[in-house]
Amino acid sequence: MPEPFVKTTSRVISIPRANIDTDQICPARFLKITDKNGLADALFFDWRFTPDGQKRQPPSFIDEPVNAGRQILLVGDNFGAGSSREHAPWALRAWGVRAIVSTSFADIFGGNALKNALLPIVVSAERHAALQALAAANRDGEWTIDLEAQKVTLPDGDSFAIEIDPFARTMILAGTDEIGYVRSRLPAIEAWEAVHPARVDTLT
Amino acid sequence: MAEKPRTLFEKIWDDHVVASDPGAPAILAIDLHLVHEVTSPQAFTGLRERGLKVRKPGQTVATADHSIPTLDPSLPIADELAARQLRQIEENCREFGVPFHGKGSPTRGIVHVIGPELGLTQPGMTIVCGDSHTATHGAFGALAFGIGTSEIEMVLATQTLLQRKPKTFQVRIDGRLGPGVGAKDIILALIARIGIGGGTGHVIEYTGDAIRALSMEERMTVCNMTIEGGARAGLIAPDETTFAYLRGRKFAPQGATWDEAVARWRTLPTDEGATYDRTITIDGDALEPMVTYGTNPGMGIGVTGRIPSAADVDPADREELERALAYMGLEAGKSIAGQKLDVVFIGSCTNGRIEDMRAAASVLKGHHVAPGLRVLVVPGSQQVKKQAEREGLDSVFRAAGAEWRESGCSMCIAMNGDQLEPGQYGISTSNRNFQGRQGKGGRTFLASPLTAAASAVTGVITDPRTLLGVAPKSAAVSRPTTVEAH
Ligand code: SF4
Repeated sequence: MPEPFVKTTSRVISIPRANIDTDQICPARFLKITDKNGLADALFFDWRFTPDGQKRQPPSFIDEPVNAGRQILLVGDNFGAGSSREHAPWALRAWGVRAIVSTSFADIFGGNALKNALLPIVVSAERHAALQALAAANRDGEWTIDLEAQKVTLPDGDSFAIEIDPFARTMILAGTDEIGYVRSRLPAIEAWEAVHPARVDTLT
Repeated sequence: MAEKPRTLFEKIWDDHVVASDPGAPAILAIDLHLVHEVTSPQAFTGLRERGLKVRKPGQTVATADHSIPTLDPSLPIADELAARQLRQIEENCREFGVPFHGKGSPTRGIVHVIGPELGLTQPGMTIVCGDSHTATHGAFGALAFGIGTSEIEMVLATQTLLQRKPKTFQVRIDGRLGPGVGAKDIILALIARIGIGGGTGHVIEYTGDAIRALSMEERMTVCNMTIEGGARAGLIAPDETTFAYLRGRKFAPQGATWDEAVARWRTLPTDEGATYDRTITIDGDALEPMVTYGTNPGMGIGVTGRIPSAADVDPADREELERALAYMGLEAGKSIAGQKLDVVFIGSCTNGRIEDMRAAASVLKGHHVAPGLRVLVVPGSQQVKKQAEREGLDSVFRAAGAEWRESGCSMCIAMNGDQLEPGQYGISTSNRNFQGRQGKGGRTFLASPLTAAASAVTGVITDPRTLLGVAPKSAAVSRPTTVEAH
């Protein structure tokens, strides 16, 4: 179960690309694990290494030495397109990423991220362009992402409000997950089932 | 007062909302949960850690498809990690009482192929699976979508999911497809039009004459790739085609229950006067065989078209186009037809069903694949394999010099050893051409089974109509004409 998360202050890794798909975030050959371990190394693997395993030169985004330990990604539109693999947010979290700022996220990825206390932060295209310019001009400025206050504060002290699904926010702030809540509603589920018989029985 | 007209999606949604607490997403009842080896192990571990059982094993079914080898099944699995994953799904299913169609089972196969062929996928149901191509099952008028591993655990534990209600998006395909043009071309044309994020936040319903005319297999191909346009689910209203497909299948209702079920299913189609949040119309008559040139499924053009150059795209997309062409090693402005190939892959949950096998065989019959080309034909399930063999399609493939394999995901995701080598060009009937998807450094062109098979004969990307001896129905266009109304 995740730890409670309230806010983070970190420098930013800017990856100015749109449509970064889950096969880039965590290539399929790393999906053979049966636990959640070891995925930090898989993150953006094929961007970082040539097909014969050499580290690319110049190093890819997260391998740039200055980017080590940074917790916020600033990426282009439609981040996380593609598969439903939760290995993508697991890999991002394992590497140390806590929040991703974009104009949009793929539906399944966005949901999976929230379930792992990884914040998908949606901003307007205008704001996104301004943030990209800021990240380019001031690579080492620290941003604060405050989930409790639903606010991002930039290095110059400017801040703007962000929206996170209120239910997911409650879960992340408390460091809990949704199964407990749904199980507390089991009587309602059983009542529904009593009037909606199962459509199939796979055991027959 | 008359009830407000509702869409197919709204009817299924309303029917499955168990509770809607203030501030929380709806609790949605799930009728069928499909499970496979890659995305489920951590969910079973979670269940074990919480001391929970699978709440409804009878509404759950598992198979092994992603990392399973497609070579001789009696051989040991060389990849130790894949072998462990395959052992785990078997053990998890045994421990939790989940029915498992595993190695050696005649009903094993790609999860989205076996659900429908066993009659488990039925109109009006909610169906989920830890796999984004769960959208496939929407072809039956079921609300079906992919979920992550945390959600798999939720469904195993509660047989429900927490969901915010998505918006609705009607995609109407009018007219009639020309010869050599099929379901895969419809969906590739749609994604080329709306982009790979174009359907985000929506559930698509496909309507129109060209959709009505499709077989169930073809409808599944269309719905399957809905996720490639960013929408989690794609639906087609059930009709006589749907009922005829389902009748007599193993898990379909039988006898009097069948009649009741059909009567219920007939109430599902969208009511007259119901509205969608968004609608686009595509002219089916104008479609031609499609092929992708880039590194996402939205980068598609007609097979007679030219690879776009920077001037053809929105300035914001130029960099992405240039990066894609650099990865693909392709030249802007050149014809896509005639592009050289190393590998042809025919299979996957998009195009690994019996009709796809028949389509590919119809082109390959009496031909030999081009010299030096590797052609892999992988049926979507063991039942598809058996049926194809009954019809002698395997002999057609073998005689043409193609490899005929056991069923599985195979080179669609390249987890089982079937893969492109770095730099190789492959034309593939699967659904994703992302960098490295079919093997690191591999370069993928997505196309229909007809186009892939025609290209297998020539060794270069080929308009299937030239081999089928059919003239294009209309003047070739590289993009469908569409009208959008919000
Ligand atoms: S065939 Fe490909 S897309 Fe379909 S389930 Fe398998 S890996 Fe996923």
